[in-house]
Amino acid sequence: MVESKHEVLRLESRLESVDRAQTQAQYFASEAGFSEADRHEVAMAVREIVINAIAHGNAYDPAKRVKLEFELTPAELVIEIQDEGAGFDPNHQPDPLAPENLMRQSGRGMLLARAFMDQIDFYPSPHGTSVRMCKHRPSLDGRGCSHSGPGANRE
Amino acid sequence: MNTLRIQTRQVDDVDILDLTGRIILGEASTRLRESLKPYAQQPNARVLLNFSEVQYIDSSGLGELVSAFAAIRRQGGELKLLRLTRKVHDLLQITKLYTVFDIHDDEAEAIAAFA
Repeated sequence: MVESKHEVLRLESRLESVDRAQTQAQYFASEAGFSEADRHEVAMAVREIVINAIAHGNAYDPAKRVKLEFELTPAELVIEIQDEGAGFDPNHQPDPLAPENLMRQSGRGMLLARAFMDQIDFYPSPHGTSVRMCKHRPSLDGRGCSHSGPGANRE
Repeated sequence: MNTLRIQTRQVDDVDILDLTGRIILGEASTRLRESLKPYAQQPNARVLLNFSEVQYIDSSGLGELVSAFAAIRRQGGELKLLRLTRKVHDLLQITKLYTVFDIHDDEAEAIAAFA
């Protein structure tokens, strides 16, 4: 189990980047000492948010990148995903659990990411949306994730 | 990485699709959509999706399932799910889709459940 680690990836806005992000999330979750189930959940949360960033944020624009930043500390694994889109308000998305939305084909990615991580915060801006997700490490059960804004991780 | 294998067989008048792999955005979700499309275009189709070898599914895959379910039902048919793995079961619970789909653990029981 590794104490601390940091990495930044800049991904192209295409589907192949999603697999790369998921693989790297699994690696960091493994370094954090998470169980197999938790490693899967971290990887799936990253997968869902990176898909949103590429498809909805950057709209597959080859000129735009998705910044994916991992910060492993002794207490938690923090993952920040930032697109270069027009920004969106996460509080005004249709509730995928509402009876009238259950049969919608899309709109469940954020719900899954929220379920899989201990904390997730959205920071929309006209220059892109930043999503900060956190899961606390198993050796520190009971401690919540630290709360800080986008870009709090080291560059 | 986006690999989903689909094998089709028929028991009584139920078409069973044995799925193996991951149902995720891209080639896999497209393959699932194309495999289910014929059933959405025929009346009264009876389709059973066997998930026993599905490692996981993402929101895109869930979307394909919901879409196929609705399309088949519009033609008077039925789509049921068989032998969900733990990870797939958990996702259907989180998304409340277990309230939409008829889910079975036993193949004979699932076939008998078609009207």
